[in-house]
Amino acid sequence: MPEKIGVYICHCGSNIAGTVDVQEVARWAGANLKGVAVSRDYKFMCSSLGQQMIEEDIRSQGLTRVVVAACSPHLHEKTFRRVCENAGLNPYLLQMTNVREHVSWVHTDKQAATAKAKALVAAAVGRVAQQESLERTYVEVNPATLVVGGGIAGLQATLELADAGYPVYLVEREPSIGGHMAQFDKTFPTLDCAACILTPKMSEVGQHDKVTLLTYSELEEVSGSVGNFKVKIRQRARMVDAAKCTGCGICIEKCPRKVRDDQFEAGMGFRKAIYTPFPQAVPRIPVIDTANCTFFRTGKCQICAKLCPTEAVDYQQQDEIVELEVGNIILATGWKQFDCSRVGSYGYGRLPNVFSALEFERMCNAAGPTNGKIVLRDGKTEPKSVAIIHCVGSRDVNYNAHCSAICCMAALKFGHLVIEKTQAEVYSFYIDMRTNQKGYEEFYQRLGEEGMQFIRGKVAEVSQAAGPAEEAGKLVLQFDDTLLGRQRRLPVDMVVLMGALEPQADAKEFGLRCGLSCGAAGWYIERHPKLDPVATMTDGVFVAGACQGPKDIPASVAQGAAAAARVAGMISKGTVMIEPVVAAIDEEECSGCRICNTMCPYNAIEFDEEKEVSRVTTALCKGCGTCVAACPAGAITAAHFNNQQIFAEIEGVLCDATNGETASEPRDAGTERSLVVGLSSL
Amino acid sequence: MPDEIFEPKIVGFCCNWCSYRAADLAGTARIKYAPNVRILRVMCSGRVDPSFVLKALASGADGVLVAGCHPGECHYIEQNYKAMRRYHLLKHTLAGLGVEPDRVRLLWASAAEGQQFAEAIDKLVEDVRKLGPLRWPGNWAEDGHRQEAIAAIAKEHQEAIEVLP
Amino acid sequence: MSQTATQPAKTKGKLAIYWAASCGGCEIALLQIDAKILDVAAAFDVVLWPCATDGKVHQIEQMADGGIDLCFFNGSIRTSEQEYMAQLLRRKAKVLVAFGSCASEGCIPGLANLNDRQSIFDTVYKEGSATAPENPGDLRPQHETQMPEGTLHLPVFYDTLKTLDQTVEVDYFLPGCPPEAERIWAAIEAILAGNLPPRGSTLGLTTTVCDECKRKRGEKKIKKFYRTWQIIPDEETCLLDQGLICCGIATRAGCGALCPQVNSPCIGCHGGNDGVEDYGARLSSAVASVIDSSDPDEIERIIADGIPDPVGTFYRFSLAGSLLRRKKRDS
Repeated sequence: MPEKIGVYICHCGSNIAGTVDVQEVARWAGANLKGVAVSRDYKFMCSSLGQQMIEEDIRSQGLTRVVVAACSPHLHEKTFRRVCENAGLNPYLLQMTNVREHVSWVHTDKQAATAKAKALVAAAVGRVAQQESLERTYVEVNPATLVVGGGIAGLQATLELADAGYPVYLVEREPSIGGHMAQFDKTFPTLDCAACILTPKMSEVGQHDKVTLLTYSELEEVSGSVGNFKVKIRQRARMVDAAKCTGCGICIEKCPRKVRDDQFEAGMGFRKAIYTPFPQAVPRIPVIDTANCTFFRTGKCQICAKLCPTEAVDYQQQDEIVELEVGNIILATGWKQFDCSRVGSYGYGRLPNVFSALEFERMCNAAGPTNGKIVLRDGKTEPKSVAIIHCVGSRDVNYNAHCSAICCMAALKFGHLVIEKTQAEVYSFYIDMRTNQKGYEEFYQRLGEEGMQFIRGKVAEVSQAAGPAEEAGKLVLQFDDTLLGRQRRLPVDMVVLMGALEPQADAKEFGLRCGLSCGAAGWYIERHPKLDPVATMTDGVFVAGACQGPKDIPASVAQGAAAAARVAGMISKGTVMIEPVVAAIDEEECSGCRICNTMCPYNAIEFDEEKEVSRVTTALCKGCGTCVAACPAGAITAAHFNNQQIFAEIEGVLCDATNGETASEPRDAGTERSLVVGLSSL
Repeated sequence: MPDEIFEPKIVGFCCNWCSYRAADLAGTARIKYAPNVRILRVMCSGRVDPSFVLKALASGADGVLVAGCHPGECHYIEQNYKAMRRYHLLKHTLAGLGVEPDRVRLLWASAAEGQQFAEAIDKLVEDVRKLGPLRWPGNWAEDGHRQEAIAAIAKEHQEAIEVLP
Repeated sequence: MSQTATQPAKTKGKLAIYWAASCGGCEIALLQIDAKILDVAAAFDVVLWPCATDGKVHQIEQMADGGIDLCFFNGSIRTSEQEYMAQLLRRKAKVLVAFGSCASEGCIPGLANLNDRQSIFDTVYKEGSATAPENPGDLRPQHETQMPEGTLHLPVFYDTLKTLDQTVEVDYFLPGCPPEAERIWAAIEAILAGNLPPRGSTLGLTTTVCDECKRKRGEKKIKKFYRTWQIIPDEETCLLDQGLICCGIATRAGCGALCPQVNSPCIGCHGGNDGVEDYGARLSSAVASVIDSSDPDEIERIIADGIPDPVGTFYRFSLAGSLLRRKKRDS
């Protein structure tokens, strides 16, 4: 039965119609393309009137296929598929072709644009005639969720889901949850004490009956797909039995071995070889740093084991692999600070009184290595002048092109703390002041009133090359004061570098494990930068917080809550739709050559040793089609992207190619011919 | 027609996640580029079968573009490597068939690279323009005499039969 | 054969067997059905078989259209005479079968599509060791020669060799160089019983040679391709696993994997499986996909070292029937 194809060209106001002669394309399609029963143009196809028009045509004209030439299918393929469904037509009998982003918005020659639009419509018509009805499948969603990362975003997501009554597994790499926020003293712009607002959330998570906390653990393997993931988590050996430990802390107190704490104290302070990262750690169970522990290095000591009242210390403890089944995964793996020593001219790591932002945070923290006093590296001298340099490693073609979003506010916060705690002059060296959220601009004004000094200009160099007498013994900044229009020098006692926020060192590799890619700057790629910031291209895997891009605490909390809401929505719905765009192997045609076996990164293809054929596990197939192109027997078909459809599309898109002679006729395998009378009488 | 500039017709296969979105981004940003490339969407560059490229050339394309995510950034983890391998072998095969290597191009473009995508298309169009039209089916068109010769056979046989007793 | 009064005379069907640009192997293959040839003779009168019987073309021309029940046409089309015969037999035959690889996909004669008439004639008439010494005047076959008695015509020799289905509509394809006797007999049986797939189908198995091959197959990860003369392969393991380009992965089954059985990689004479538009593209896609490297330079090296002649390797039998059909002609 011949198809009845409806072709619809959208004007998109003048977005398309301004460059493409849409009426002509509609006319041409109706007059020239095989199978086209209806061909219309309309101002806004995606509007309710436009959608209604298509729906009515499907019903009244008995259309069997629909082509919509409009914007990118990424915007409205779902819309028009729904229209087909509402009219009783299978949604996969629709083809959208992009004549806006790919034609009217990028070409100026109207004739060429119209010709290209015609060719794209011809391609879509040819393709849609070959498309088949496909049925969607629905899988149940496991109500458990895995949250990776126990910083503020991860904690928020965990609490939202747990409070909604759903089980959550929270995996954190460090011995305690809390993330970077636990290192801060105050938070901008409210100057809330970071620990005061963070620790209640931490203890709520630690005590919540719906939360299983896996700290000092790493997510190692992910398999499965949305609704049904299987994950493997390595719980590293703390050397302390969690069931027996009461968190009394005697082991830490008596441990004779001091180690410089490069993690939590940012190298500014010390901890013991057996330690919890900070006093409010959740869980309170200590960890032995086996690289530095005297027992593990020399076999001597064992003081912690001897003193522990519950005999919780266990030097034989091994890593444990925990296997879990979850329905969704939220990645909230956060950020790391730029290594400021990479900017040699600022002297970090070489000049003692140059500090990174995280070091300065620890210094300001009342529970920190200096008990909250702002002092030079000697531990006692109060600075009389402090320079804060913005954009170290950010907005810089040499390091990271991006803006780290929070450093201007953090710099203002530091300025406030300097003014509050010392008598020092404090200077901000900025390129732009980015204080654009609620209360931020007011905070900037406040700091101006408090007496912080602002100099617009990038610092070229921080050195000890003192010139005139007043510079002796100080750090000298050489900079371009752009508002004055002059180069200047300023001697200060202390320099704080606002280091960039960067993706975690293993973000890329970790993302791939979960099926996520990173963008050019290394942050995880969201499904849509404007409209879908917490979902990713992999169904069932969400991102929240700084791992998706630098952001402050309110935004991280919002994203954690958003990701949790999405997951909660899926859990409450109970099932999730699996797109039927998958590969299938015809076992009759498959000869078991096994070429496809190494094509699938999702392990969706398995080889049946007995039958000697390969098979696709539909639930695992993500529909990339790589195995289809690899199969030498042509035994694998790609639903909705099969060879006939694509060949028809290719022919259509070259309908106006002038050749002299046409390509060979495709073999006609369709019509059956009954055999000759003579033969049948034999 | 020596005055008419040759406008190549190029078929492009873009992967749904990166390169198609790069093309979308070029559109959203209103970046202008040559109208000679007509894009077909596939889910992944790994779906691109060499026979698609051959089909395009055999159907009259002057050039073909295969575009995917940057190595290491494929939405399906590593499928663009398979596209890369097939592309390399295809280039060797095409060379054996006399197709100039510059006509078929593999391009990596991330979803953020609208500008680069537009520039790459402009460059490809110019490179193919320099090579001139391909008009592949013309390669197997026979020159002259064929139809005459076939008709002549029938006529000759007719004449021969008249001579037979 | 006597007939009783109650048994009506059985009418035999008319069978035509014709060869175009071929080697004669298909004729021999037909005879390899051994004693079953008698069954063929019982069911059919052979009206045309230039190799074996005396049927004349003008008798075929005088038949009614559709008067021939079955025509096995082997060989490819590269002259106007062959094209004429293809058109003639298409008109006169109810069922036209492209018999063998030459008719189905061009086969070895199809490799002439890497050249053109000019260069082929140069090779044969000017440089050829057999003809050249006898042809100091560099005479070439002319399409028309004027004689006192009239005009003499020789067939026009085409630049590009065509398959049968690029010339006329074909009902069925019987692949193989030559087709195996078993498959020929199965096709004849199917035709006699009227038990045929849709028009345009290939008569044969719908899987590839691996299905018939006894070797043990593993996951393929190839770092080096070997030429057949470079290694003596192990007899138990898949030949492709060992780095030899065995075309069996893409080649239609039906031969019993004869070549791998004698430790030689399949060269693809049985054509592609159902639904494969371009055999060489399918084969090269599969082979490339299992190259074990993600570094462009290394990939290039592996290909340049191991597959110096991709067209010959992947399109050995199928060049004429492929999407591009031939090498680009110099303008």
